[in-house]
Amino acid sequence: MTEDTSKLGARGEEAAAQYLQRIGMTITERNWRCASGEVDIIALDGSELVFVEVKTRRSSAAGSPEEAVSPTKQKRLGKLARNYLAYSGLDSTPVRFDVIAIRVLAEDRALLRHHRAAFMVGT
Amino acid sequence: MQATVMTATLRGVDALPVEVQADVTSGLPMFGIVGLGDAAVQEAKERVRSAVRAAGLEFPNARVIINLAPAPLRKHGTGFDLPIALAILAATRQIPSSVIEGSTAVGELALDGSVRAVPGMLAHAYAASRSGLDLLGPSAAMSAAAVVGCVRCRVVDHVTTLRQGEIDPRYPCCDVSVEPHGRPDLADVAGHHAAKRALEIAAAGGHNLLLVGPPGSGKTMLARRLGGILPPLNDDERMTTALVHSVAGIDERPALAGIRPFRAPHHSTSTVGLIGGGTPPRPGEVSLAHNGVLFLDELAEFGPATLQAMRQPMEDGTISLVRADGRVRYPAAFTLIGAMNPCPCGYLGDAEHRCTCSQPMIDRYTARIGGPLLDRIDMRIRVDRIDPGKILREDCEEEPSAEIAQRVISAIAFAGSRPPTRTLSGARLLEACRPQRAARSTLETLARTVGMSGRAVTRTLRVARTIADLDAQDSVCCDHILEAAGYRMSDVR
Repeated sequence: MTEDTSKLGARGEEAAAQYLQRIGMTITERNWRCASGEVDIIALDGSELVFVEVKTRRSSAAGSPEEAVSPTKQKRLGKLARNYLAYSGLDSTPVRFDVIAIRVLAEDRALLRHHRAAFMVGT
Repeated sequence: MQATVMTATLRGVDALPVEVQADVTSGLPMFGIVGLGDAAVQEAKERVRSAVRAAGLEFPNARVIINLAPAPLRKHGTGFDLPIALAILAATRQIPSSVIEGSTAVGELALDGSVRAVPGMLAHAYAASRSGLDLLGPSAAMSAAAVVGCVRCRVVDHVTTLRQGEIDPRYPCCDVSVEPHGRPDLADVAGHHAAKRALEIAAAGGHNLLLVGPPGSGKTMLARRLGGILPPLNDDERMTTALVHSVAGIDERPALAGIRPFRAPHHSTSTVGLIGGGTPPRPGEVSLAHNGVLFLDELAEFGPATLQAMRQPMEDGTISLVRADGRVRYPAAFTLIGAMNPCPCGYLGDAEHRCTCSQPMIDRYTARIGGPLLDRIDMRIRVDRIDPGKILREDCEEEPSAEIAQRVISAIAFAGSRPPTRTLSGARLLEACRPQRAARSTLETLARTVGMSGRAVTRTLRVARTIADLDAQDSVCCDHILEAAGYRMSDVR
């Protein structure tokens, strides 16, 4: 990963966090890490705990940002969520997985798409 | 939050009850189906989710587990879509439990929320009537329930119907009518009186028949006209035949209207296609021809193993398929009509053409059918090419199928309450035949002379009984025996 792409990712996550706060969600964690990986944003939407995966893309050459959240990645996020629930002791909280896709159009313009309950974790 | 919906899965021609249990709890959102469902059952997840949302209802963003009980039973097909959706909606209190109570549900969901029929609706209606439950499903369930009778229906043609709460159960009514389709008539066939007589006997007694002759002599033409002289199905036969057709997913209305099935699979048919099987098991052609006719044209071109696999169902009238996960039984009481050439070139025994086959070639050809199968064919008849003059004559009056059918029906009426001749053997067959002393000794002498097997003697007697029925005679006489034996012994070549 080049310096540039990781910076782009960080900027996207920052924009997503601001957006989530603007729509009334409370950010509880940013870049929460454990042995299985990292969750971009964990937030509270009312009583619901929301795990947010942020994908930022500058062009659609490699497909849409949403497409990058593959079944494997979904499974990994499921595992991360289980770990987080165990770590925080929030066992019976309702949980949701959201995806925020950001497409950068110009230096100061971007398109943000928010997919609520974008996926469920399979069996 | 939990809810249970009753449904059923097909095994053979039966629908076995299955409970769909839904458990919706908070936790990581997921949707899992357990309980040995096949790929179609797993795909229900996507259909149910889309259909529920399309109907303006909510699919829970929660941990959704569906269990199909009894868990060890393998479950096939798309009929679980509707029961799964109902169980989830009931578990999340989006529909009142009264909608599902006292009912068994079946139906496939489309992504837009509409409910589609699945194969085997008739079997599901039966299962509902057996267990005294209402049948909940698409409109197609109505007609199936109407046929079975005494089953109430709750019709759901679209998931949105469920938003209204209650669904009024009603007793369905429907009339099964089939447009009469022009069946080929025996009046179109010039000459061939012996073969027509043989067809009449086969129709009256359900006897297996083999037509042997050179190419173009009219074997196929004759055999295809057998359907037109068969008696209509009685009530019992109608139900069992329609049930097999329903399970196989083919139109069961002709069977319900009393039309006997006439199946004519191509000779490239595989053993599984003919006998039944596969995953999930499906009835084969022998079962689709239940209570009707299985016509195998170019009999010698069928795979030898495929042909031999028919021996057991021909004897038992049912086919029992044993697989790793259990046994499936389908009814298979059919009349076999075969047509074949006498040799590879086709002209053996023909008056005009010379046969170019060597003796070993001919032997190999006839050996493809094999003694044991041939032994189960009650009647064999040679169909020779007829004189061109006869075909071209316009004034020749041939008997129409309707008249022959009338005689067949009278013969069956004469046989009355006696069990079908094809099922009789031993003492019961003798009792039914009441052969005159002369007839008995004639058969004995014949059997000794040509070395008939026990089965051959029995089958000759059965044919003789049918001929006597056509004659409206209580006891079988010498002429009947001789005619019957004639069909059996006539040299295939």
